[in-house]
Amino acid sequence: MSRPTPYTIVIGLEVHVQLLTRTKLFCGCSTQFGLPPNSATCPVCIGMPGVLPVMNRAAFELALKAALALQCNIAPFTKWDRKNYYYPDLPKNYQISQYDLPFSTGGGLEIMTPQGPKWIGLIRVHLEEDAGKLLHDETGRGGDSLVDLNRAGTPLLEIVSKPDMNSPEEAKAYLEELRLLLREIGVSDCEMQEGSLRVDANVNIRIPPEHAGGRKPLPGRQYVATPIVEIKNLNSFRAVERAIAYETQRQFEEFQESGKQLGEVSKATAGWDDVQGVTVVQRRKEEASDYRYFPEPDLVPVEVDQAWLDRIRATLPELPAARRKRFESQLGLSAYDARVLVGQGLAFADYFEKVARECGDAKAASNWCSNQVLAVLNERKISIQDFPLAPEALADLIIRVKKHNINAQRAREVFGIMLQTGETADGIIKRLGLDVSFDAEELRELVKKSIAANAKAVADVKAGKQKAMDALVGFVMRETKGKAPTDEVRRLMNEELAKV
Amino acid sequence: MALTGDQVRWVAHLARLELTEEEFQLFTGQLTRIVDFIDQLQQLNTEGVEPLAHALPIHNVFRPDEPAPSLSVDEALANAPARKGDFYSVPAVLD
Repeated sequence: MSRPTPYTIVIGLEVHVQLLTRTKLFCGCSTQFGLPPNSATCPVCIGMPGVLPVMNRAAFELALKAALALQCNIAPFTKWDRKNYYYPDLPKNYQISQYDLPFSTGGGLEIMTPQGPKWIGLIRVHLEEDAGKLLHDETGRGGDSLVDLNRAGTPLLEIVSKPDMNSPEEAKAYLEELRLLLREIGVSDCEMQEGSLRVDANVNIRIPPEHAGGRKPLPGRQYVATPIVEIKNLNSFRAVERAIAYETQRQFEEFQESGKQLGEVSKATAGWDDVQGVTVVQRRKEEASDYRYFPEPDLVPVEVDQAWLDRIRATLPELPAARRKRFESQLGLSAYDARVLVGQGLAFADYFEKVARECGDAKAASNWCSNQVLAVLNERKISIQDFPLAPEALADLIIRVKKHNINAQRAREVFGIMLQTGETADGIIKRLGLDVSFDAEELRELVKKSIAANAKAVADVKAGKQKAMDALVGFVMRETKGKAPTDEVRRLMNEELAKV
Repeated sequence: MALTGDQVRWVAHLARLELTEEEFQLFTGQLTRIVDFIDQLQQLNTEGVEPLAHALPIHNVFRPDEPAPSLSVDEALANAPARKGDFYSVPAVLD
């Protein structure tokens, strides 16, 4: 949690994700990451005169899929527009984007906050093309910038949230949930490192009048609102959190000096400097009218009917939110456990479900998956697909651990051997001589025997010396050659001692 | 409707054009005449006419997501004002 502030933070996020198509939005050039510079371009994507863009059906359908998963309203009629600006990474001097008739509006997703679940609304999701990539001279000597146009024309989904987030942590939670969802439905791989997910944060603060240094809110507001700053160059989710925390405090301090409120100066952009940990306000942003949007005459509109939407909807897998709910209601998991399991992605949650089904104990399966299995994945830096144990093998271990009352430590030992040697749980348990089953009555008799044989230890425990418990439990362990489940013995011992 | 000097300067800035004072005078006059010409459309009564989002009466034209050959790097860079290695080279952009 961030420290309490005398103001409320207001955050809206603009997220761009590249769609997982083979080719670009309007031409057949490859979208593969990391190709040699300027080797995947053609007259269409480098803006030669006289060419005609034709829309990639797969890109539009992935966009529809994302919008459906985000519960957006899909427009029955949509068109594209030219957004005009001059920049060396934009060969046509306009970007084909969507302005007044985006293919979807509304929708949103639910995030978890310390105060409980919270709905983050969306304003719109639209489909546009990406620009090229600029490499600046890093020596500081002002050398030329280099342009690689491979990325120009890559299909991009712009997802604009409402200003519904009120802390850096909420912004991060939103981004994590959005990334999980888009990955699960196969719309984008959302790799920030490769630029397939990019974030701009629109941030300002609301200051209650008593903290506004005597300045009055503008008419119609209960609070003083600072001018909105759009933060760019956010290269990780951590950077988003840090930049918002820094920028909001900066705005509070700037307001103390300038007294400027939202509406009195125009919106600014700021760059995040990850090394210095500061935002640098760059310029007043151009207004929408400066982009001189007009309908793209080279592309025809798209009409979407119910049958098409139904077809796309049918390709959606169970979404993370629904899966969490099902894990809770159907498998009896806690909200926390469900969140951890689903948060690891589709394949991991599938693995868990198989284990749970095979062993018949969802809680135990959840514990094993989110502790032992996850620890191994992290340690070996592998994904669940490369995890050496089949779900059936882990389920078998869970069943046998229960049957033989094997304690947690020994069970982890067996798990470790299974991973190393590929032996079955059964074989290892037999070899280690753990395949003894004690029924509860048998154990209870041994516990009673220990109490009868160790009068001094019993008296000590009664006198408050918990240490004497060890002698009583140790007696049972000796009697069973160390094979009795200690936790269970301890529990029974407490029960029986209470009766003495 | 005469365009103001500020409007013309702003549009020139958006188009990244540097105008001399002479050009500025010349284009202010020309642009004003163009805008006036287009303004004649305002005389049309569009009461009850549905706004048109696109001039063509066709829709849903797509291509399959199948790769097509790209240009070679040399072809792609043939018209570059300056080239450095396999990149277009442009004056440093700070903003």
